[in-house]
Amino acid sequence: MITQFLKLEWKSFIRSASFGKSIGIKIFMGLFALYFIVMFLGAGLVLYPGLKKEFPNQEPVYILNSVLFYWILIDLVFRFFFQKLPVMVVKPLLTLPVKRNKIVNYVLGKSALSFFNFLPLFAIVPFSVTLLVKGYAVVSVISWVLAIVLVVLIINFLNFIIESFSAETDFSFLPVILITGGLYALNHFNIVSFNTIIGSGFNAIYNNPIYVIVPLLILMGLYFYNAKLLKKKLFLDSGLKEKVKEVNASNLEWTKNFGDIAPFLKLDLKLIWRNKRTKSSVWMLVMGLLYGLVFYPNPKYQEMEWFFVFIGVFSTGIFLINFGQFIPAWDSGYYKLLMTQNIKYEEYLKSKFTLMAISVCILFVLGIPYLFFGWKILFAHFAAAIYNVGVNTHVIMYGGSFNRKKINLSQKAAFNYQGTGAVQWLIGIPLLIFPLGLFGLFYYLTGFEIACVILAVLGIIGIVLHQKLMKIITNKYLQSKYKMIDAFNQDN
Amino acid sequence: MISTSNLSKKYAGNQVLNIDVLDIPKGQSFGLVGNNGAGKTTYFSLLLDLIKPTTGYIKTNEITVGESEDWKPFTSAFIDESFLIGYLTPEEYFYFIGELRGQNKADVDTLVEQFSDFFHGEILGQKKYLRDLSKGNQKKVGIVAALIGNPEVVILDEPFANLDPTTQIRLKSIIKNLAEKQGVTVLVSSHDLLHVTDVCERIVVLEKGEIVKDLQTSEATLKELEAHFSN
Repeated sequence: MITQFLKLEWKSFIRSASFGKSIGIKIFMGLFALYFIVMFLGAGLVLYPGLKKEFPNQEPVYILNSVLFYWILIDLVFRFFFQKLPVMVVKPLLTLPVKRNKIVNYVLGKSALSFFNFLPLFAIVPFSVTLLVKGYAVVSVISWVLAIVLVVLIINFLNFIIESFSAETDFSFLPVILITGGLYALNHFNIVSFNTIIGSGFNAIYNNPIYVIVPLLILMGLYFYNAKLLKKKLFLDSGLKEKVKEVNASNLEWTKNFGDIAPFLKLDLKLIWRNKRTKSSVWMLVMGLLYGLVFYPNPKYQEMEWFFVFIGVFSTGIFLINFGQFIPAWDSGYYKLLMTQNIKYEEYLKSKFTLMAISVCILFVLGIPYLFFGWKILFAHFAAAIYNVGVNTHVIMYGGSFNRKKINLSQKAAFNYQGTGAVQWLIGIPLLIFPLGLFGLFYYLTGFEIACVILAVLGIIGIVLHQKLMKIITNKYLQSKYKMIDAFNQDN
Repeated sequence: MISTSNLSKKYAGNQVLNIDVLDIPKGQSFGLVGNNGAGKTTYFSLLLDLIKPTTGYIKTNEITVGESEDWKPFTSAFIDESFLIGYLTPEEYFYFIGELRGQNKADVDTLVEQFSDFFHGEILGQKKYLRDLSKGNQKKVGIVAALIGNPEVVILDEPFANLDPTTQIRLKSIIKNLAEKQGVTVLVSSHDLLHVTDVCERIVVLEKGEIVKDLQTSEATLKELEAHFSN
């Protein structure tokens, strides 16, 4: 049975219209994975000697145990954003003689094989081998490694529970931030010292292997809870909403001011607000806006002026990146309709452009309080905002003409809690890295101000050439019209 | 109104449509029948420039589809659910189509009003998104939306499928009315021979992409079609 499932997945992967793109992404992700593997491997190798040198009086294992709590928190947040439960099209299987339990166990079992679960091993194994070489008790070390593996799996399944709950609310990543933030705060202010609890727990396992039973029980509990959650979703009508919410239709009259593009602008606004998947990109705005607060309060980053632009492009462009990368796939569900209507492609695209440009302006204005950390930051943000409007919007729309993957807005794929995982962030890289590199280059050659001006000038050139660029982009879309219609017709 | 010449469509060397000549005059109600894979939807898709012909061309009103987009203002269609926008209410959807076709809200309201019978009180004022409507009700919305903006050519792919009997009968009178009274060219495809013979003045039978019969509807047509499809 499992081989059947695997075969199905393999076919859906190689036969999908976006196959070429997927394979490119997979290679790219592979490189990323390799990078992390090397990093972890290195960490695992230097961990023992390093800790021994820094704290000669303490046991390295105990030191490691005392910071495990933080690792768990960070891992949870990371996984929430980058790891998704494997997607499977279950509807056709429901009427076949396949036990529901089998489907659920397959999906959960597959998730245990995720790269995220193997990554820590690259650090843990070399570390424990060092321990064994140094003559630590074999039983203790092995039970300690076992406990770590169990905790990794616990995080794995805990993440899916959190994801499934956030999928049911409209707040997307808010729950995970609240949970991890709350735990961190409780610990930080010494209300409940999770740090010590988990640390001494692991010390206990190290000293007395029988305690491994505790994480094992937790893991089993989480697994069964996950299985229960998934099984509930395995009914046809669970995809349908139990109660259809009453709609409050708004007519958005004010969009009239935008003239020809008004109908599309209205449509886009409704698209964003009425679909869960797009709605989460609105919450991303908050994250993007506050992103600077991670760095700027730290005096160390105040010195790194070349870095301001990166934060500027990211925080003013987060909506642009999030929304823009799926143009025109957002409209893939009714692309045929648009293509037969009496519309101008240019107006359709211009509406998207306007939306992104406005979002950049709003985010910049809301970010003005960053002035508090120095005028240079605001200056860099300003340049970044202009660059976003003039260059990045056009780049991302041009990239969209290569989009061949349908987005199914109204029907959620089973188990697909948020739609996209790590891939979503890939496209951001050229949009962020290129201006950063350019800025960095001129920063060292000519200084901060000139570098800002150059970035802004690039943006202004883009804005001046807007009409011309739109023509080129529109042509590109027209050329790939038939291909897009065909691809958006496929469900995969 | 619509003239087809030398039209063919091949997928990887496989011929799915091959029509030498097919002329549809203005105001005709035209029916396309054929088994699965006969090429009905392919023909409609070519007519709407959703796919590219391998050879030949279609002209509507002397405008070559695929070279110019000037056929769009007077042509409208409902092929399948992918013509609906799931996150809009029916009203919003009608207004959106109306705006694209240069109709204001009042125009749309008047038109939609005429179909309150057809909607059977299940569409308007329901405060539901299209994605939450049943398949049949979605279809009703799509068909009526295809009538917004006084189109001269209306293309409906399998309009009777998924509809309840009452609605099927109402739809038949709507289509007849369009062709007879308003001079609209209506193209309909269907698997239901009875409905097509009821509605269409002319019926063309496709088989493996080729026209095998071209009939002016008469009393004998249904029998003839049934005989044709039984063997």
